[in-house]
Amino acid sequence: MTHRISVQEADFDATAELGRLAAGAGGVASFIGVVRGEVGGRALAAMRLEHYPGMTEKTLGRLADAAAARWELSGCTIIHRVGRLAPGQNIVLVATASRHRAAALAATAFLIDRLKTNAPFWKAEEYADGSVEWVAARDSDSDAAKAWS
Amino acid sequence: MRILYFAWLREKIGIGEEEFAPPADVTTPRALIDCLAQRGTAYTAAFATKALIRCAVDQEFCSLDTPFGAAREIAFFPPVTGG
Repeated sequence: MTHRISVQEADFDATAELGRLAAGAGGVASFIGVVRGEVGGRALAAMRLEHYPGMTEKTLGRLADAAAARWELSGCTIIHRVGRLAPGQNIVLVATASRHRAAALAATAFLIDRLKTNAPFWKAEEYADGSVEWVAARDSDSDAAKAWS
Repeated sequence: MRILYFAWLREKIGIGEEEFAPPADVTTPRALIDCLAQRGTAYTAAFATKALIRCAVDQEFCSLDTPFGAAREIAFFPPVTGG
């Protein structure tokens, strides 16, 4: 399996990324996370994302390897943006390719669930009223990640 | 030893990383937190709630109670929130 891991400030071209994975595969499954426009009814001005350079790439590479060990994949792409992102902008792309749809769909869900709890990223929300709040980890994310073990 | 801070820990302490030589009797991240917390009010405030602090030793997630041995890099941060 080939995998492509990238942590970057720049946006990604989802169409191009999925096209690259599709070559020679039976199908491609993907998840794209985008910045919300509001949280709990409060308008969001931006999301700030930071990470642990070095550890992040290593962790994402291991997650891709874990997915490949579990499902028959021909390719896997994980792109996560960092920096300051406006509502509607892309945050993350997870995509997998396989001869079988079930493998691609399951591997994609596994990767995004595990990424949320296992990769060293942190988000802060900048609200339209000027306040800034670091996002707290959610039990539901932790439960979703554990469900794959 | 290189110590790194992320997210609100970095903001509260005011720096992202620093060099620090822990005393010989400090062998776990938890003990290192107690030691760092004595360095000033910003550190004390940042480390006030240990239940909210996670760590990585040489870029591997680690329990606060696992001895760090000859680690070169220890990072402290809140629970991760990517994706």
